[in-house]
Amino acid sequence: MQSIFTWYAKWIREGKLKVNSDWNKNLKIKFTVQDPCNIIRKSFGDACAQDLRFVVKSCVGEENFVDMAPNMSNNYCCGGGGGFLQSGYTEERLAYGQKKLDQIVATGADYCIAPCHNCHSQIHELAEHAPKHWGTVHLWTIICLSLGVLCRNERTYLHDDLKEVNIPEWDETEFLV
Amino acid sequence: MADEPLVLTKREGKSFKDIVMEKLPDGGNLNACLTCGTCAAGCPATGLAGMDPRKVVRMAALGMDEELKKTPWAWFCSMCTRCVHACPMNVNIPQLVYNMRASWPRDQRPRGILRSCDAALSTDTCSAMGAREEDFEFIVNDVLEGVREQPGFENIQAPIDKQGAYFFLNQNSREPVNEPEEMIPLWKIMHLVGADWTYGSKGWAAENYCMFLADDDAWKHITEVSIRKAEELGCKVFLNTE
Ligand code: SF4
Ligand code: SF4
Repeated sequence: MQSIFTWYAKWIREGKLKVNSDWNKNLKIKFTVQDPCNIIRKSFGDACAQDLRFVVKSCVGEENFVDMAPNMSNNYCCGGGGGFLQSGYTEERLAYGQKKLDQIVATGADYCIAPCHNCHSQIHELAEHAPKHWGTVHLWTIICLSLGVLCRNERTYLHDDLKEVNIPEWDETEFLV
Repeated sequence: MADEPLVLTKREGKSFKDIVMEKLPDGGNLNACLTCGTCAAGCPATGLAGMDPRKVVRMAALGMDEELKKTPWAWFCSMCTRCVHACPMNVNIPQLVYNMRASWPRDQRPRGILRSCDAALSTDTCSAMGAREEDFEFIVNDVLEGVREQPGFENIQAPIDKQGAYFFLNQNSREPVNEPEEMIPLWKIMHLVGADWTYGSKGWAAENYCMFLADDDAWKHITEVSIRKAEELGCKVFLNTE
């Protein structure tokens, strides 16, 4: 069992995945990243967390990445894990998520990359309770954006600031609503 | 509970803590707690239902078994293991919580988790949303057809049960069921790096709600179906996509 984060990192290092952060040079859109407990703390540790950061920075530009505090194996659970999302205890789940919400707000990021589906659902919901509604995206979305192959219909979780950025010239798809 | 003095009486037989300790390597170090509070200070579930991880460990030590088995806090701890990571004595609080969950009668555990586990048990795809093999195949091929119209992706693949593929990929059910277009970026990446990969018709679903339900036999079954399929196909690497 291996994590795809490590493979993304390897493919970028080997030049197989030609990501490029130029699209964000002038935009300077800020990104942070969640460390999924099941992948980082519980399975692959800080080496994998470093790979994850390497991938994110390669895609959005080093200067546009803002880490959470604490981070990597020390990061907080988002509150979507352990079955919380399906447990029906919504109020407690959001109270649990307050720590994550505060952490993301403190980064000032425009987007939080949530590379696990549970985290994605929870962090997406937390954003609705934050003063600034950050965007919550999967990692593969940002990789394809920076490869220039992300079509309009694959941008559901991107906000208006990124709806038209680095669109493939051949893209004839439409935004999904 | 807090205002009443706690009267400890001698018990007959084993306590809840003793029983849990027998199941865990090194007894989960459940007797080693220094009551330092590091766990509680860094736990996002501290304060919910008037509980926190240190309290749970103390209650176990004091034999407050009925209270432990009743508190809904068992479902507010996400078993994220941050407390173990920080604990100077390596006290395995999440495993204690897992066993607190397991002490609930199965049909009284949170319905959403229960239903997700039962759905996963109802099909060999192990999808907690009950997506079946033919549903998955249809969705994947339908989405794939659309992507193949894009220049550069005419030959993109998203194989199911490809014998001998290097990577076995799993996928959270919410993607094929609720937002199939979210699978496309992943496929594009695999295509661009030239990876040899496959899904399995059985065991492709990445989620395992039976583990969260604390149903031992069921979560082992789910895990085994995936692994068996990956082995049967002769895949080298089981690649977790989330
Ligand atoms: S961090 Fe460990 S030793 Fe300290 S109170 Fe918690 S369980 Fe006990
Ligand atoms: S495993 Fe449970 S008790 Fe430990 S830090 Fe996470 S939520 Fe808190």
